[in-house]
Amino acid sequence: MNRGPRRMKHRHPTASPLAKPLLPAALLAAVSFTTIASTLAGIGLTAAPAAAQSAKEPVSFSGAPVRVGEINSYTGLPAFTIPYRQGWQLALEEINAQGGVIGCCELQVVSRDDAGKPDDAVRVAQELVTNEAVDVLAGTYFSHIGLAVADFAARNKMPFVAAEPLTDAITWSKGNRYTFRLRPSTYMQAAMLVEEAAKLPAKRWATVAPNYEYGQSAVAWFKQLLKEKRPDVEFVAEQWPAQGKLEAGPTVQALAAANPEAIFNVTFGADLAKLVREGEGRGLFRNRKVVSLLTGEPEYLEPMKDEAPEGWIVTGYPWDQIDTPAHKAFVAAYTARFKESPKAGSIVGYITMKAVAAAITKAKSANAEPIVDALSGLTIDSPVGPVTFRASDHQATMGAYVGTTTVKDGRGTMKDWRYADGANYLPPDDVVRKMRPAE
Amino acid sequence: MSFLLVQALSGLATAATLFLVSSGLTIVFGVTRIVNFAHGSFYMVGAYAGWSLIERFGGTPAGFWGSVAAAALMMGVLGAAMEIGLLRRLYRSPELFQLLGTFGVVLVVQDLTAWAWGPEDLLGRRAPGLKGSVDILDQPFPLYDLVLIGLGPLVLGLLWLLFNRTRWGTLVRAATQDREMTSALGVDPARLFTGVLFLGCALAGLGGALQVPREAVTLHMDMAIVVEAFVVVVVGGMGSLTGAFLASLLIGQLQAFGILVFPQITLVIVFLFMAVVLVLRPHGLLGRADEAPPTAPAAVTVPLSAGPHAGAWALALLAVLAAAPLVAGDYALILLTEVVILALFAASLHLLIGLGGLVSFGHAAWFGLGAYGSALLVKHLGAPMPLALAGAPLLAGLGALVAGWFCVRRSGLYFAMLTLAFAQIVWSIAFQWYAVTGGDNGILGVWPSAWAAGKAAYYWLTLGLSGGALWLLRRAAFAPFGYALRAGRDSGLRAESVGIDVRRFQWMAFVLAGTAAGLAGGLYAFAKGSVFPTLLAVPQSVDALVMVLMGGIQTVAGPLAGAVAFHLLEAKVMSMTDWWRLALGLIIVALVLVFPKGIVGFLSGFRRRR
Repeated sequence: MNRGPRRMKHRHPTASPLAKPLLPAALLAAVSFTTIASTLAGIGLTAAPAAAQSAKEPVSFSGAPVRVGEINSYTGLPAFTIPYRQGWQLALEEINAQGGVIGCCELQVVSRDDAGKPDDAVRVAQELVTNEAVDVLAGTYFSHIGLAVADFAARNKMPFVAAEPLTDAITWSKGNRYTFRLRPSTYMQAAMLVEEAAKLPAKRWATVAPNYEYGQSAVAWFKQLLKEKRPDVEFVAEQWPAQGKLEAGPTVQALAAANPEAIFNVTFGADLAKLVREGEGRGLFRNRKVVSLLTGEPEYLEPMKDEAPEGWIVTGYPWDQIDTPAHKAFVAAYTARFKESPKAGSIVGYITMKAVAAAITKAKSANAEPIVDALSGLTIDSPVGPVTFRASDHQATMGAYVGTTTVKDGRGTMKDWRYADGANYLPPDDVVRKMRPAE
Repeated sequence: MSFLLVQALSGLATAATLFLVSSGLTIVFGVTRIVNFAHGSFYMVGAYAGWSLIERFGGTPAGFWGSVAAAALMMGVLGAAMEIGLLRRLYRSPELFQLLGTFGVVLVVQDLTAWAWGPEDLLGRRAPGLKGSVDILDQPFPLYDLVLIGLGPLVLGLLWLLFNRTRWGTLVRAATQDREMTSALGVDPARLFTGVLFLGCALAGLGGALQVPREAVTLHMDMAIVVEAFVVVVVGGMGSLTGAFLASLLIGQLQAFGILVFPQITLVIVFLFMAVVLVLRPHGLLGRADEAPPTAPAAVTVPLSAGPHAGAWALALLAVLAAAPLVAGDYALILLTEVVILALFAASLHLLIGLGGLVSFGHAAWFGLGAYGSALLVKHLGAPMPLALAGAPLLAGLGALVAGWFCVRRSGLYFAMLTLAFAQIVWSIAFQWYAVTGGDNGILGVWPSAWAAGKAAYYWLTLGLSGGALWLLRRAAFAPFGYALRAGRDSGLRAESVGIDVRRFQWMAFVLAGTAAGLAGGLYAFAKGSVFPTLLAVPQSVDALVMVLMGGIQTVAGPLAGAVAFHLLEAKVMSMTDWWRLALGLIIVALVLVFPKGIVGFLSGFRRRR
């Protein structure tokens, strides 16, 4: 299972080979002269442009290439961001093989790691804009990094397509003219699950969520929306483990002690695996329904193998069962290209790059303002169906798959799922306009 | 009742892991005085190695436990290799220089682990024969956790036997108390240290491998555990195994019951506990004053020297920097702005470390408080930039005034960890107080006023303010204040007896350093346009330490050179390769080996030799 990502290491697509010999020079400059010398060397070095590598392409282009600056937490969260990168790489190859953007120009991507820090992301964004002369920014995974780059984008009037951050703020309370977001937000995913949760007989609910904005707003929306539909429910316990540091035993025990009839879970990744293991061991899930955010995504479900939870109601991505022609073609191309199955990040990365290309083509320009105008209300056909970037709040209507987890052939997957179109889980235009700051 | 019992048992299982890891750390620190940042890395690699072995051989109980033992031994061997290849060469270096070396190891191990095992979380198989649970007073409890609970005291007992009933253990204890004397008596300290590193890292690996049946193995395990292990070591009293055991038990129980009373407390509970313990007990729970080793060997008496023509050099440098916007592009200017800010940040930490002998692990608190001071004024009062910038050193200084009063009453690693505790408390406030700080989504839109909005204008502003602050810090270093501080560092007792109130001077230095760091933070906020709790977090503090150590702590120019080298290297390497941690780690390790006194320390030694 490691083979795929490991291969990636040798195919770093955008680091410039020209820049590599600079490394010893940088080291030399930084360490062997006085402060003055190294500072000067710093100026010289950083002013040196790191030429972007163009993809090897047989297609000839008549116009100048259009450049996308891509930022994500590749070292901070490789398990999620590397499938994402493979997704956009596939899209990029397809776009250029089909003649690039605006029918004339190659689409180039300069990709950077943000080290998982918002201030580094802002610096990298600046480097991409000034040194790499990119025309569009895209990417980011963490909400706070997405917000930092969004603010930078607004300040520098650069179109920014936020791929993965989930926070509602990025399109609502902190929304701006230049920022668009692809993935269904925390609110949307919570609303999709509430629809199912409301059908359950359970009245006593407990929640467990990571102790940061994502977890908090997911729980807050879930509570509010569920109470609107079911005034008879009550929330009897809540647990807020620190992200990545869940104390599984005590947390599970504390949840069980409240004797809820159902549990709403927002933890993911390593915390989720711990929770599931410990919860099974201590009988937490016996006779209790669990409603769980994102758990159906292969990133989270597959590492648990045959220990994946059974019968949880989740949002996710049952990639192996979606049999629309468009999606089948995507899976076939992805599997052929990377010799591994797609993850949720893969499809997000793929659609992100396709959306960027579509916006540039629609704008018929590599300039910021036309691209922003084009992104507003842009509809593209994606492997999951049509996706529209709403003009009102710049949120895409990409949906998620809502279903039940199960274990099949020794691995976790989803069953009885349906595609919940994001358009049906967003507040109407006039409501979101009021939530956004005046422009 | 039965619920409370089971909750306590769950806490005990947590405590067992914590103890295994921190016992290794406390042994290593007690004997070698090395602040081994890489301890968590051995825990993580131990878990990965354990996972691989258990997947392969773990079908039977013998195979499972054999795999765990083998993983632990492998980590021991790696630890010994690190001692021989790296640390052994650094015992004569200035204080805490080994910390820099082990930090390089952390970076290298992170990337190598990702390369070897891939980025995905790995969920290992459960321990054969211990998969189920037993009912304790009608509450199901996992069998494996019961085994872990038994393992903690067992390891403690074995270690006690090792240290009290074997010749090797006696020698180690002797070296713990007096290294010089032990080696004078004919014991080869190098071999002893290799053995100690073997033992310590094997314990870390054991702790890691034992986690395989409980949780997914991830690339984040190293940082998650190492800070907590330090907390346990310090709360228990450094070098005290029983103390570490007791501290693990208490922390395990606190976590188990804390979340019942106040579920949101998970972020900060460990650090609150450490702060309370250290405020009440200067040497942790079971540490004794005479056993408390200083973090800085007293041998460092090289006087801080200004060097000839320092003033002229500084002016020339300033002139060159001021002229930079004429030739540099936008990005280079932004990078330079950051370098200048970080130089001030590093210099402020150097005031504490270099002059005061006070190693702070939580210096980011004041940097971040400064940034938040500015951002809060902008967000809530709509303050213009000059006013908001003025608020930065003010808030940071106030924070340092309060925290410093507590911190300077402790010394060595206890001081360092108390600063870390305060930093973590400040961090968790910023992280959780949504209404005011915006929580982890931070504060956006902190951009400079129109007149300073240009890259060059803001750079000049930064250069002016930072240059002024640096000049003041330098003045302080060579004023009577600085000499008094150094007197307190080199001999607290003698300084007291000539009438210097060492504690007060240290407190003032703490406030001064905090204020300067706060100014740097405020400038950083406006340079970035946004403020997030990451500015207050541990990695930011570590960055500052790395910059100071990289430059060398015995010269005033050291931290500046360190900031320049570290930041430019990081930015450059990061934009070139995804393997930047590996590259940066190797560079740091190489630097440490080539320049065991830091960059500037090396240069001045070079100059003197000529």
